[in-house]
Amino acid sequence: MAEFSLPKNSKIQTGKHYPAKNAKKPRTFKIYRWTPDDGQNPRQDTFEVDLASCGPMVLDALLKIKNEIDSSLTLRRSCREGICGSCAMNIDGTNTLACTKAISDCKDTVTIYPLPHMPVVKDLVPDLTHFYAQFASVKPWLRTQSPVPADKERLQSPEDRKKIDGLYECILCACCSTSCPSYWWNGERYLGPAVLLQAYRWIADSRDEDTGARLDDLEDPFRLYRCHTIMNCARTCPKGLNPAKAIAEIKKLMIERRA
Amino acid sequence: MSENLRHPLKRVRGLGSAKEGVAHWWTQRVTAAALIVLAIWFVSMLLTLLHADFATAHAMLVKPWNAVLMIAFTTTMFWHAVLGLQVVIEDYVHTRWLEVVTLVLIRFLAVLFALACALAVLRVALGG
Repeated sequence: MAEFSLPKNSKIQTGKHYPAKNAKKPRTFKIYRWTPDDGQNPRQDTFEVDLASCGPMVLDALLKIKNEIDSSLTLRRSCREGICGSCAMNIDGTNTLACTKAISDCKDTVTIYPLPHMPVVKDLVPDLTHFYAQFASVKPWLRTQSPVPADKERLQSPEDRKKIDGLYECILCACCSTSCPSYWWNGERYLGPAVLLQAYRWIADSRDEDTGARLDDLEDPFRLYRCHTIMNCARTCPKGLNPAKAIAEIKKLMIERRA
Repeated sequence: MSENLRHPLKRVRGLGSAKEGVAHWWTQRVTAAALIVLAIWFVSMLLTLLHADFATAHAMLVKPWNAVLMIAFTTTMFWHAVLGLQVVIEDYVHTRWLEVVTLVLIRFLAVLFALACALAVLRVALGG
Protein backbone atom coordinates (compact mmCIF):
# COMPACT_ATOMS: atom_id res chain seq x y z
CA MET A 1 0.00 0.00 0.00
CA ALA A 2 0.94 3.63 -0.30
CA GLU A 3 2.71 4.86 2.83
CA PHE A 4 0.85 7.57 4.69
CA SER A 5 3.12 7.92 7.71
CA LEU A 6 6.84 8.52 7.93
CA PRO A 7 9.11 5.56 8.63
CA LYS A 8 10.58 5.49 12.15
CA ASN A 9 13.96 6.84 11.12
CA SER A 10 12.35 9.76 9.28
CA LYS A 11 10.26 11.09 12.17
CA ILE A 12 11.25 14.70 12.79
CA GLN A 13 12.52 15.64 16.25
CA THR A 14 12.92 19.01 17.92
CA GLY A 15 16.39 20.35 17.25
CA LYS A 16 18.57 23.16 18.51
CA HIS A 17 17.41 26.69 19.24
CA TYR A 18 19.56 29.65 18.28
CA PRO A 19 18.11 32.80 19.92
CA ALA A 20 18.93 36.21 18.45
CA LYS A 21 21.04 38.55 20.58
CA ASN A 22 20.09 42.26 20.62
CA ALA A 23 18.03 41.88 17.44
CA LYS A 24 16.08 44.93 16.24
CA LYS A 25 13.69 42.93 14.00
CA PRO A 26 13.86 39.28 15.07
CA ARG A 27 12.11 36.66 12.93
CA THR A 28 11.92 32.93 13.63
CA PHE A 29 12.86 30.31 11.02
CA LYS A 30 12.22 26.63 11.68
CA ILE A 31 14.37 24.56 9.35
CA TYR A 32 14.51 20.84 8.59
CA ARG A 33 17.93 19.36 9.27
CA TRP A 34 19.25 15.92 8.44
CA THR A 35 22.70 14.61 7.75
CA PRO A 36 23.55 11.11 6.53
CA ASP A 37 26.70 11.08 8.66
CA ASP A 38 25.51 10.73 12.28
CA GLY A 39 22.75 8.10 12.09
CA GLN A 40 20.31 10.48 13.82
CA ASN A 41 16.69 11.20 12.91
CA PRO A 42 15.91 14.45 11.12
CA ARG A 43 15.31 17.42 13.40
CA GLN A 44 13.82 20.88 13.14
CA ASP A 45 16.18 23.65 14.26
CA THR A 46 14.89 27.07 15.30
CA PHE A 47 16.89 30.10 14.20
CA GLU A 48 16.11 33.68 15.17
CA VAL A 49 17.37 36.08 12.53
CA ASP A 50 17.64 39.86 12.79
CA LEU A 51 15.87 41.13 9.69
CA ALA A 52 17.36 44.61 10.28
CA SER A 53 20.62 43.28 8.83
CA CYS A 54 19.19 40.79 6.34
CA GLY A 55 18.05 40.94 2.72
CA PRO A 56 14.33 40.73 1.92
CA MET A 57 14.10 37.18 0.56
CA VAL A 58 14.00 33.81 2.34
CA LEU A 59 17.25 32.88 0.58
CA ASP A 60 18.90 35.95 2.15
CA ALA A 61 17.86 34.69 5.60
CA LEU A 62 19.13 31.16 4.84
CA LEU A 63 22.50 32.51 3.72
CA LYS A 64 22.68 34.78 6.76
CA ILE A 65 22.06 31.74 8.97
CA LYS A 66 24.74 29.80 7.10
CA ASN A 67 27.24 32.69 7.28
CA GLU A 68 26.62 33.84 10.82
CA ILE A 69 24.91 31.12 12.86
CA ASP A 70 25.45 27.57 11.59
CA SER A 71 27.76 27.03 8.64
CA SER A 72 26.72 23.37 8.36
CA LEU A 73 23.24 24.35 7.03
CA THR A 74 23.18 22.83 3.55
CA LEU A 75 21.16 24.10 0.59
CA ARG A 76 21.42 24.58 -3.16
CA ARG A 77 21.41 28.08 -4.59
CA SER A 78 22.94 29.80 -7.54
CA CYS A 79 21.36 32.67 -9.49
CA ARG A 80 19.34 34.28 -6.65
CA GLU A 81 16.87 35.66 -9.22
CA GLY A 82 14.47 32.82 -9.98
CA ILE A 83 16.00 31.53 -13.19
CA CYS A 84 18.17 28.57 -12.15
CA GLY A 85 15.67 26.70 -9.97
CA SER A 86 18.34 25.51 -7.53
CA CYS A 87 16.83 26.88 -4.32
CA ALA A 88 13.43 25.16 -4.72
CA MET A 89 12.17 24.13 -1.29
CA ASN A 90 9.03 23.96 0.81
CA ILE A 91 8.52 27.32 2.53
CA ASP A 92 5.46 27.93 4.73
CA GLY A 93 3.92 24.73 3.38
CA THR A 94 4.26 25.61 -0.29
CA ASN A 95 6.97 24.62 -2.75
CA THR A 96 8.67 27.70 -4.11
CA LEU A 97 12.02 29.33 -4.79
CA ALA A 98 13.72 30.73 -1.69
CA CYS A 99 15.25 33.52 -3.78
CA THR A 100 11.95 34.95 -5.03
CA LYS A 101 9.90 34.36 -1.87
CA ALA A 102 9.82 37.50 0.27
CA ILE A 103 10.12 36.99 4.03
CA SER A 104 7.38 39.62 4.45
CA ASP A 105 4.97 37.32 2.58
CA CYS A 106 5.59 34.46 5.06
CA LYS A 107 3.88 33.63 8.33
CA ASP A 108 5.43 34.91 11.61
CA THR A 109 7.36 31.68 12.01
CA VAL A 110 8.81 30.64 8.67
CA THR A 111 9.00 26.86 8.32
CA ILE A 112 11.37 25.47 5.70
CA TYR A 113 11.57 21.87 4.50
CA PRO A 114 13.20 20.26 1.46
CA LEU A 115 10.94 19.49 -1.52
CA PRO A 116 8.38 16.90 -0.34
CA HIS A 117 8.61 13.15 -0.92
CA MET A 118 12.10 13.15 -2.42
CA PRO A 119 15.07 11.31 -0.93
CA VAL A 120 17.11 13.82 1.07
CA VAL A 121 20.84 14.17 0.44
CA LYS A 122 21.36 16.57 3.34
CA ASP A 123 19.23 19.29 5.04
CA LEU A 124 17.39 21.15 2.25
CA VAL A 125 19.04 19.27 -0.62
CA PRO A 126 16.79 16.64 -2.27
CA ASP A 127 18.05 13.91 -4.58
CA LEU A 128 16.61 14.78 -8.01
CA THR A 129 18.38 12.02 -9.98
CA HIS A 130 15.14 10.26 -10.92
CA PHE A 131 13.45 13.56 -11.83
CA TYR A 132 16.29 14.49 -14.19
CA ALA A 133 16.31 11.00 -15.73
CA GLN A 134 12.58 11.38 -16.38
CA PHE A 135 13.29 14.69 -18.11
CA ALA A 136 15.98 13.03 -20.25
CA SER A 137 13.54 10.22 -21.13
CA VAL A 138 11.25 12.57 -23.10
CA LYS A 139 14.24 13.52 -25.30
CA PRO A 140 13.78 17.25 -24.76
CA TRP A 141 15.33 18.54 -27.95
CA LEU A 142 14.22 19.35 -31.51
CA ARG A 143 13.67 16.05 -33.35
CA THR A 144 13.33 16.32 -37.14
CA GLN A 145 13.09 14.12 -40.23
CA SER A 146 13.60 16.78 -42.89
CA PRO A 147 17.17 17.75 -43.77
CA VAL A 148 18.67 20.82 -42.17
CA PRO A 149 18.08 23.88 -44.40
CA ALA A 150 21.38 24.64 -46.12
CA ASP A 151 21.51 28.38 -45.69
CA LYS A 152 19.16 29.26 -42.87
CA GLU A 153 17.76 28.23 -39.50
CA ARG A 154 14.53 26.25 -39.15
CA LEU A 155 12.08 29.14 -39.15
CA GLN A 156 8.96 29.64 -37.07
CA SER A 157 6.16 32.17 -37.53
CA PRO A 158 5.44 34.60 -34.67
CA GLU A 159 2.04 32.85 -34.21
CA ASP A 160 3.69 29.45 -33.85
CA ARG A 161 6.30 30.92 -31.53
CA LYS A 162 3.47 32.16 -29.28
CA LYS A 163 2.33 28.54 -28.82
CA ILE A 164 5.32 27.75 -26.64
CA ASP A 165 4.78 30.76 -24.39
CA GLY A 166 3.94 29.50 -20.91
CA LEU A 167 6.00 26.38 -21.62
CA TYR A 168 9.54 27.48 -22.47
CA GLU A 169 9.78 29.48 -19.23
CA CYS A 170 9.90 26.30 -17.11
CA ILE A 171 13.18 26.16 -15.19
CA LEU A 172 12.82 22.55 -13.96
CA CYS A 173 12.94 23.51 -10.29
CA ALA A 174 10.69 20.49 -9.51
CA CYS A 175 8.34 22.54 -7.29
CA CYS A 176 5.30 21.29 -9.23
CA SER A 177 6.21 17.61 -9.50
CA THR A 178 7.05 17.37 -5.80
CA SER A 179 3.76 19.08 -4.87
CA CYS A 180 1.72 16.50 -6.80
CA PRO A 181 0.18 13.71 -4.68
CA SER A 182 0.03 11.49 -7.74
CA TYR A 183 3.78 12.00 -8.19
CA TRP A 184 4.32 11.21 -4.48
CA TRP A 185 2.52 7.86 -4.72
CA ASN A 186 3.58 6.87 -8.24
CA GLY A 187 6.61 9.02 -9.09
CA GLU A 188 8.47 5.88 -10.04
CA ARG A 189 6.38 5.59 -13.23
CA TYR A 190 4.32 8.79 -13.48
CA LEU A 191 6.40 11.45 -15.26
CA GLY A 192 4.92 14.29 -13.20
CA PRO A 193 3.81 17.80 -14.17
CA ALA A 194 7.24 19.34 -14.86
CA VAL A 195 8.38 16.63 -17.26
CA LEU A 196 4.99 16.45 -18.99
CA LEU A 197 5.02 20.24 -19.46
CA GLN A 198 8.50 19.92 -20.96
CA ALA A 199 7.29 17.08 -23.20
CA TYR A 200 4.40 19.26 -24.39
CA ARG A 201 6.84 22.15 -24.99
CA TRP A 202 8.31 20.02 -27.84
CA ILE A 203 4.96 18.62 -28.99
CA ALA A 204 3.72 22.22 -29.35
CA ASP A 205 6.84 23.38 -31.21
CA SER A 206 6.03 23.92 -34.92
CA ARG A 207 9.59 22.94 -35.91
CA ASP A 208 9.52 19.53 -34.22
CA GLU A 209 8.63 16.63 -36.54
CA ASP A 210 8.42 13.77 -34.08
CA THR A 211 5.04 14.53 -32.48
CA GLY A 212 3.65 11.04 -33.13
CA ALA A 213 6.58 9.29 -31.49
CA ARG A 214 6.43 11.72 -28.57
CA LEU A 215 2.72 10.91 -28.06
CA ASP A 216 3.47 7.18 -28.42
CA ASP A 217 6.01 7.40 -25.62
CA LEU A 218 3.56 9.19 -23.32
CA GLU A 219 0.53 7.00 -24.06
CA ASP A 220 0.62 4.99 -20.86
CA PRO A 221 -1.68 4.60 -17.84
CA PHE A 222 1.17 5.66 -15.55
CA ARG A 223 3.46 7.99 -17.50
CA LEU A 224 0.62 10.38 -18.46
CA TYR A 225 -2.70 9.26 -17.06
CA ARG A 226 -1.75 9.37 -13.37
CA CYS A 227 -2.53 13.08 -13.68
CA HIS A 228 -5.90 13.46 -11.94
CA THR A 229 -6.12 17.24 -12.42
CA ILE A 230 -5.40 17.91 -8.76
CA MET A 231 -3.92 21.28 -9.84
CA ASN A 232 -1.31 21.58 -7.06
CA CYS A 233 1.23 22.04 -9.87
CA ALA A 234 -0.38 25.20 -11.21
CA ARG A 235 -0.93 26.58 -7.72
CA THR A 236 2.67 26.12 -6.61
CA CYS A 237 4.65 27.02 -9.77
CA PRO A 238 6.97 29.90 -8.81
CA LYS A 239 7.06 30.98 -12.46
CA GLY A 240 3.26 31.18 -12.71
CA LEU A 241 3.01 28.42 -15.33
CA ASN A 242 0.19 25.91 -15.68
CA PRO A 243 1.52 22.34 -16.10
CA ALA A 244 -2.01 20.92 -15.65
CA LYS A 245 -3.10 22.75 -18.81
CA ALA A 246 -0.13 21.36 -20.76
CA ILE A 247 -1.07 17.85 -19.61
CA ALA A 248 -4.70 18.45 -20.66
CA GLU A 249 -3.45 19.51 -24.11
CA ILE A 250 -1.48 16.24 -24.41
CA LYS A 251 -4.62 14.29 -23.45
CA LYS A 252 -6.60 16.20 -26.08
CA LEU A 253 -4.06 15.30 -28.77
CA MET A 254 -4.25 11.63 -27.72
CA ILE A 255 -7.99 11.73 -28.45
CA GLU A 256 -7.56 13.78 -31.62
CA ARG A 257 -5.27 11.27 -33.29
CA ARG A 258 -7.68 8.39 -32.69
CA ALA A 259 -10.79 9.72 -34.44
CA MET B 1 24.20 -2.98 -5.47
CA SER B 2 23.05 -4.09 -8.95
CA GLU B 3 20.50 -1.22 -8.74
CA ASN B 4 23.37 1.25 -8.21
CA LEU B 5 25.18 0.05 -11.30
CA ARG B 6 22.21 0.81 -13.54
CA HIS B 7 21.79 4.22 -15.13
CA PRO B 8 18.77 6.16 -13.76
CA LEU B 9 17.44 6.32 -17.32
CA LYS B 10 17.15 2.51 -17.36
CA ARG B 11 14.78 2.74 -14.38
CA VAL B 12 12.71 5.51 -15.95
CA ARG B 13 12.35 3.85 -19.36
CA GLY B 14 11.40 0.61 -17.61
CA LEU B 15 9.25 -1.68 -19.74
CA GLY B 16 8.39 1.13 -22.14
CA SER B 17 5.05 2.76 -22.80
CA ALA B 18 1.96 0.53 -22.61
CA LYS B 19 0.48 2.41 -25.62
CA GLU B 20 -2.89 2.56 -23.91
CA GLY B 21 -4.77 4.59 -21.37
CA VAL B 22 -6.59 6.86 -23.81
CA ALA B 23 -9.60 4.55 -24.10
CA HIS B 24 -9.86 4.29 -20.32
CA TRP B 25 -9.58 8.05 -19.84
CA TRP B 26 -12.11 8.85 -22.57
CA THR B 27 -14.62 6.16 -21.53
CA GLN B 28 -14.49 7.41 -17.96
CA ARG B 29 -15.49 10.89 -19.17
CA VAL B 30 -18.15 9.71 -21.61
CA THR B 31 -19.80 7.47 -18.99
CA ALA B 32 -19.66 10.39 -16.52
CA ALA B 33 -21.46 12.63 -19.01
CA ALA B 34 -24.04 9.91 -19.70
CA LEU B 35 -24.57 9.45 -15.97
CA ILE B 36 -25.43 13.13 -15.51
CA VAL B 37 -28.36 12.75 -17.91
CA LEU B 38 -29.37 9.28 -16.68
CA ALA B 39 -29.14 10.27 -13.02
CA ILE B 40 -31.41 13.28 -13.60
CA TRP B 41 -33.94 10.96 -15.26
CA PHE B 42 -33.58 8.39 -12.46
CA VAL B 43 -34.03 10.87 -9.62
CA SER B 44 -36.95 12.63 -11.29
CA MET B 45 -38.64 9.25 -11.82
CA LEU B 46 -38.08 8.36 -8.16
CA LEU B 47 -39.61 11.67 -7.11
CA THR B 48 -42.81 10.91 -9.04
CA LEU B 49 -42.99 7.60 -7.18
CA LEU B 50 -42.88 9.18 -3.71
CA HIS B 51 -45.72 7.71 -1.62
CA ALA B 52 -46.79 5.53 -4.60
CA ASP B 53 -47.85 1.95 -3.99
CA PHE B 54 -46.20 -1.15 -5.47
CA ALA B 55 -48.59 -1.40 -8.42
CA THR B 56 -47.85 2.19 -9.54
CA ALA B 57 -44.08 1.66 -9.29
CA HIS B 58 -44.38 -1.63 -11.14
CA ALA B 59 -46.46 -0.03 -13.91
CA MET B 60 -43.87 2.72 -14.27
CA LEU B 61 -40.96 0.29 -14.77
CA VAL B 62 -42.92 -1.88 -17.21
CA LYS B 63 -43.02 0.99 -19.72
CA PRO B 64 -40.42 0.11 -22.39
CA TRP B 65 -38.52 3.42 -22.31
CA ASN B 66 -38.29 3.38 -18.54
CA ALA B 67 -37.01 -0.21 -18.60
CA VAL B 68 -34.40 0.63 -21.25
CA LEU B 69 -33.24 3.76 -19.42
CA MET B 70 -33.10 1.87 -16.14
CA ILE B 71 -30.83 -0.82 -17.63
CA ALA B 72 -28.74 1.92 -19.28
CA PHE B 73 -28.45 3.72 -15.93
CA THR B 74 -27.36 0.68 -13.89
CA THR B 75 -24.97 -0.59 -16.57
CA THR B 76 -23.32 2.81 -17.07
CA MET B 77 -23.07 3.25 -13.32
CA PHE B 78 -21.18 -0.02 -12.80
CA TRP B 79 -19.05 0.65 -15.87
CA HIS B 80 -18.07 4.09 -14.59
CA ALA B 81 -17.54 2.77 -11.05
CA VAL B 82 -15.17 0.05 -12.20
CA LEU B 83 -13.10 2.53 -14.23
CA GLY B 84 -12.88 4.87 -11.24
CA LEU B 85 -12.06 2.12 -8.75
CA GLN B 86 -9.34 0.87 -11.10
CA VAL B 87 -7.61 4.25 -10.87
CA VAL B 88 -7.89 4.33 -7.08
CA ILE B 89 -6.42 0.81 -6.81
CA GLU B 90 -3.58 1.56 -9.24
CA ASP B 91 -2.83 4.76 -7.30
CA TYR B 92 -2.73 3.34 -3.79
CA VAL B 93 -2.30 -0.46 -3.81
CA HIS B 94 1.37 -1.10 -4.39
CA THR B 95 1.52 -4.75 -3.40
CA ARG B 96 1.54 -6.30 -6.85
CA TRP B 97 -0.47 -9.50 -6.20
CA LEU B 98 -3.09 -7.61 -4.17
CA GLU B 99 -3.37 -5.00 -6.92
CA VAL B 100 -3.95 -7.59 -9.65
CA VAL B 101 -6.41 -9.64 -7.56
CA THR B 102 -8.42 -6.54 -6.60
CA LEU B 103 -8.50 -5.27 -10.18
CA VAL B 104 -9.83 -8.58 -11.48
CA LEU B 105 -12.27 -8.93 -8.57
CA ILE B 106 -13.92 -5.52 -9.04
CA ARG B 107 -14.38 -6.28 -12.75
CA PHE B 108 -16.09 -9.61 -12.01
CA LEU B 109 -18.28 -8.05 -9.34
CA ALA B 110 -19.23 -5.10 -11.54
CA VAL B 111 -20.26 -7.38 -14.43
CA LEU B 112 -22.17 -9.62 -12.02
CA PHE B 113 -24.04 -6.71 -10.41
CA ALA B 114 -24.78 -5.10 -13.78
CA LEU B 115 -26.20 -8.40 -15.08
CA ALA B 116 -28.26 -8.86 -11.92
CA CYS B 117 -29.71 -5.36 -12.28
CA ALA B 118 -30.50 -5.92 -15.95
CA LEU B 119 -32.17 -9.24 -15.19
CA ALA B 120 -34.26 -7.70 -12.42
CA VAL B 121 -35.49 -4.93 -14.72
CA LEU B 122 -36.17 -7.38 -17.57
CA ARG B 123 -38.21 -9.66 -15.31
CA VAL B 124 -40.39 -6.74 -14.31
CA ALA B 125 -40.60 -5.35 -17.85
CA LEU B 126 -41.31 -8.68 -19.53
CA GLY B 127 -43.56 -9.87 -16.74
CA GLY B 128 -41.43 -12.92 -15.89
